[in-house]
Amino acid sequence: MARWDPWQEVEELRREIDRAFESVGLRLPASFRAAFLPGQAPREYPLVNLHEDKDALYLEALAPGLDPSTLSLTVLRNSVTIAGEKRRTAAAVKPEAFHREERSAGRFSRRIELPVEVDESRAKAEYKNGLLLVTLPKAPAARPKEIQVQVA
Amino acid sequence: MAVERTVASGKGAAAREATRTRERHVPPPVDIYETPEELVLLADLPGVQKGDLDLRLEDNILTIRAKPQSLAPGEPVEREFELQGFFRQFDISEEIDQEKITAELKHGVLTLHLPKAQKVKPRQIEVRAE
Repeated sequence: MARWDPWQEVEELRREIDRAFESVGLRLPASFRAAFLPGQAPREYPLVNLHEDKDALYLEALAPGLDPSTLSLTVLRNSVTIAGEKRRTAAAVKPEAFHREERSAGRFSRRIELPVEVDESRAKAEYKNGLLLVTLPKAPAARPKEIQVQVA
Repeated sequence: MAVERTVASGKGAAAREATRTRERHVPPPVDIYETPEELVLLADLPGVQKGDLDLRLEDNILTIRAKPQSLAPGEPVEREFELQGFFRQFDISEEIDQEKITAELKHGVLTLHLPKAQKVKPRQIEVRAE
């Protein structure tokens, strides 16, 4: 069901250019990078940042104003699915009463591939200040091992 | 009643702010709606705690300024968004009872209640029959 979307192509190209610059150690100034507009620009919602240390991956999602009771997280081997709903705050307000309506709302679901396998039984999530932080301990096989050097 | 100040006007505080600092700001998306009693402004400010939010009303200009903070420890591997400072200004007219503005911050969403001044509230006029 994939439809060809020229804007998607442009976005891909832009990301590739950014990556090319970054790979040679040049980081484009912030003004050239797409300013993030929560809920407006992305086709994929929520936007996520992935952090890592030696024991775990940390997935941080930009998702203000969610109803925490609708949030659901599924972790399977090396993928996470985040689903939930951002309710329209004032469903009772008539459309003509709005002076401005820029914030997004609706249901969403997004699957994110992780670079390594994680231990799903120890995954945990926290929703705070409109950010969702998912802590995903790495599976034992994915953790770096230190090898002692024997001195003969 | 709550008109946004834009950089394009060249005269507003927003324009001065934009030229004064190299730091980039992002205008938070907002909803503004009106009821007979008040205007309600909702702004998405993900990653902002109460202490990092600076709300100011000066010379009929409402300024929202906030600094979001990431929760994630460790080293970044993949980035789709950047948590930049939020900044946006609105002109608030005299028709708002500025003393009674209230604000709350929950789940990264700021809700501002701007009650209308007594004189602009619609009033039903009672007709007395004799």
